[in-house]
Amino acid sequence: MTFFDKVLEHEQFDLQQFWSTVTDEMVIKSLNKQSLSDKDFLILLAPKGAGYLENMAQKAHKLTVQNFGKVIFLYTPMYLSSYCVNRCTYCGFNVENKFLRKTLTLKEVGMEAQAISKTGLKHILVLTGESRNHANLQYLLECGEILKKYFTSITIEIYPMETEEYKKLVKAGVDSITIYQETYNRTRYDAVHLSGPKKDYGYRLEAAERAGNAGMRSINIGALLGLSDWRADAFLTGLHAKYLQDNFPGVEIGISLPRLRPHKGSFQPVSTPEDRDLVQTMLAFRLFLPRVGITISTRESAQFRDNLMKLGVTKMSAGSSTEVGGHSQDNKSDGQFEISDNRSVAEVREAILNKGYQPVLKDWQYL
Amino acid sequence: MEDILKIGGKELSNRLFLGTGKFPNKNIIPQVIKSSETQVVTVAVRRVDLNGEQENILNYISKDCILMPNTSGARNAEEAVRIAQIARAAGCGNWIKIEVINDNKYLLPDNYETIKATEILAKDGFVVLPYVSPDLMVAKALVDAGAAAVMPLGAPIGSNRGLQTKELIRILIAEIDLPIIVDAGIGKPSQAAEAMEMGADAVLVNTAIATAEDAVKMAEAFNLAVKAGRLAYLAGPGAEQLYGEASSPLTDFLR
Repeated sequence: MTFFDKVLEHEQFDLQQFWSTVTDEMVIKSLNKQSLSDKDFLILLAPKGAGYLENMAQKAHKLTVQNFGKVIFLYTPMYLSSYCVNRCTYCGFNVENKFLRKTLTLKEVGMEAQAISKTGLKHILVLTGESRNHANLQYLLECGEILKKYFTSITIEIYPMETEEYKKLVKAGVDSITIYQETYNRTRYDAVHLSGPKKDYGYRLEAAERAGNAGMRSINIGALLGLSDWRADAFLTGLHAKYLQDNFPGVEIGISLPRLRPHKGSFQPVSTPEDRDLVQTMLAFRLFLPRVGITISTRESAQFRDNLMKLGVTKMSAGSSTEVGGHSQDNKSDGQFEISDNRSVAEVREAILNKGYQPVLKDWQYL
Repeated sequence: MEDILKIGGKELSNRLFLGTGKFPNKNIIPQVIKSSETQVVTVAVRRVDLNGEQENILNYISKDCILMPNTSGARNAEEAVRIAQIARAAGCGNWIKIEVINDNKYLLPDNYETIKATEILAKDGFVVLPYVSPDLMVAKALVDAGAAAVMPLGAPIGSNRGLQTKELIRILIAEIDLPIIVDAGIGKPSQAAEAMEMGADAVLVNTAIATAEDAVKMAEAFNLAVKAGRLAYLAGPGAEQLYGEASSPLTDFLR
């Protein structure tokens, strides 16, 4: 049994119909429980739940401080390659988009790493498009060896791999993986992934489990909110996180809440969540899964991110660039999407301190 | 006579140990150390950044304190041993608090792996303070493995739920000939006092101090509570009676 079986089970259930029956009493009851069931989580995501944001926020704040302390972990993304063979209608790296693409040479990887490490950051997130011709396993292993000299934690956000490949990356010093399912709705998934290996929904969905079996220390998942019905995707994301937490108790599980951002191409989102919706989703995640990490990236604006700090966020990116070579190269490629919060690492650190939180730049040690 | 706690060749007059995670700002840690009068401070090796001047948490800890690095993040004995070695190589001394946790939902320690790590590190010259779920057989195994103290949890880390494992800790205090330091779960000074009254040798507090509105003041409160509890223990509280004196005694006929 994998999480795929859970998805199939839930396809039999009419979420929209259920949400239309949720009452105030149901929301209040679920919100005040010490331990929330799948159904309580579903209830908190209902439109009715929007009337209880302050109550949810108070509880979420308390739970987060209790479990994580008054701290926010920081990292920054580093794009290794923008080559991609997939045709995903919503992504700037779509193979059909004509723009200057680039893969960093190992020398350039060192230069990027050096530039980033000057900010004091110790956790790096490396990303590639899906093209084994331009960024294969061997290349990634060599990048890992270089990055280890500058950073104490390496997360990869790349195409899904086999367990054995993940094991090799773990051995090379990669400790974490981020992999978004984009949308858990199989029909919609098929419609927005026109061609390429990413079209295989199940292979992508089970990548998190393969990474867990390979010994990754932390696994971060998420749906690209706006691709499909965001409430439904938020619900499945929460269940996926819980499934991973239950099956891989030694792994730290994290959830990201990326909203669709402007990018190359003309994709129109189905229903992008408003700020209030994103907050409701985040609070529901926290109440449902008190120990799960929650990441908010620079896709969101500086002001909005600052306000979210007390609502359950545990991890934030800073000083971000979605361009290959964006931290050190003159001939960088175009970015994957636009960034909203353009503050430097130092500025984000300052903002965190001003909110009464400690910015943590190092939370792991390569062993 | 001064009341001294001896661990690993060191003599301690204060029985409140302090954890350093979760503080809103590293700048308040020196003040917290001062108001708590703590002599033992634990730091997660995973958080120590020796190269970052401003970021290096060790720069915020008074040189008068004993540094007790912990193996937070270790999922098995092997990782705990590796982290301990990294800490010693980095100049953090030879005290090590072993935390082996392979359960991110409840953060409960893996007693079996903890015993293994204790044995390896004690043989390697470390002063080993293992964090465990309170269990008599495990504590006895830790004695045999060469532990310098046993650190049973009162309740899961960060839960602030107090001495939920009281009866089990009471047995450890009675049966184990090593310092018993209650670690994790203590959410209020009154709970710290309760642990000390029971005869615990010390308590370790982090979340309850670090996440208080005024951490410096809360640290002082814990210091006083630990002292009061210890004093009460030494004074020997009067025996508790389960029942009041019955007005119609059932054994009167025996007189």
